[in-house]
Amino acid sequence: MNMVLIIIGMAIVTYIPRVLPLTVLEGKELPPFFQGVLKNIPYAVLGALIFPGILFIQPDDIWFGIAGAAAAFVLAFLGADVMVVVLGSIMFLSVYMLIGG
Amino acid sequence: MQMAAVSEQKSGFKAGIKAGISIAVGYLPVALTFGLLAKTTGLTLFESVLMSLLVFAGAAQYISLSLIAAGAGAAVIIFNTFIVNIRHFLMSASLNEKMEPETRAKKSIYAFGLTDETFTVIATREGKTSTGFALGVMLIAYGSWVVNTGIGHVIGASLPEFLQQAMSIALYAMFVGLLVPSLKKEMKVVYLAGLAAVLNSVFTMTGLLDTGWAIAASTLISAMSVEVMTGLRKGAEIR
Repeated sequence: MNMVLIIIGMAIVTYIPRVLPLTVLEGKELPPFFQGVLKNIPYAVLGALIFPGILFIQPDDIWFGIAGAAAAFVLAFLGADVMVVVLGSIMFLSVYMLIGG
Repeated sequence: MQMAAVSEQKSGFKAGIKAGISIAVGYLPVALTFGLLAKTTGLTLFESVLMSLLVFAGAAQYISLSLIAAGAGAAVIIFNTFIVNIRHFLMSASLNEKMEPETRAKKSIYAFGLTDETFTVIATREGKTSTGFALGVMLIAYGSWVVNTGIGHVIGASLPEFLQQAMSIALYAMFVGLLVPSLKKEMKVVYLAGLAAVLNSVFTMTGLLDTGWAIAASTLISAMSVEVMTGLRKGAEIR
């Protein structure tokens, strides 16, 4: 029972930052500078989500992360669809594991 | 007119499901492992699935397991969850600029489905995004997260070792796949992503900030300083 209460508490504090800006800011016109900042956020957050995390997907083998990152960037740069980038990188690392590891 | 609006909404939802499949694939190994770890931490199947159902936040859920295992109290666990998820404030505010106008009730429903992954898929689309599209992306991601948590707990084993390791690239590969097309189009995106990547690397690798704060801080600093630079350049051009 205690566990369920902890989970409910976690659910509430997770939901608050998700819901507040979306509902409180609805219909409000922000100053252009802040609009610009908010429009920049998706690309900035992608940079932060990718690095340095992608390099350490196997904490004991940085080359594994570098190989995976290289595969993903090459595929994406060649214009592959997101799904192809995902599956292609997984396949590349599977082969890398089976041959090298 | 009414008909057209309805079918557009429908295709928005379907397109959302399709765009969300890569998230569902990426969540598969992460959720399976979460289910397995939750079991070894002592959570029942009901508790594990309930957490994925109600919280739906990977990093926070993983951290809660290590805190539970360490015997931490409820307040500590809940406070840590809040800290880790503070970055969603920024994403929610950003999403508000991106989404079509909608009632608060509907927005408060899809706000629940906001994760790093659903946000980046929805926010990197061209133009305004429909509520249906967002719901589609979130629903398939959520389904994968909850179902695979349960499977991980029941089967009590994850994927074969090599596949598990290879699949750990999935979510990162998705982020790369979302970022690169925009990188190629606009120099501004290179600055935004590059600066945030460098800042986040410095913050986390020096141990200056915890992961949740590091992502939020590097995102905000990068988004603001690039905006200031853009403003300065525009000002210079006008002069």
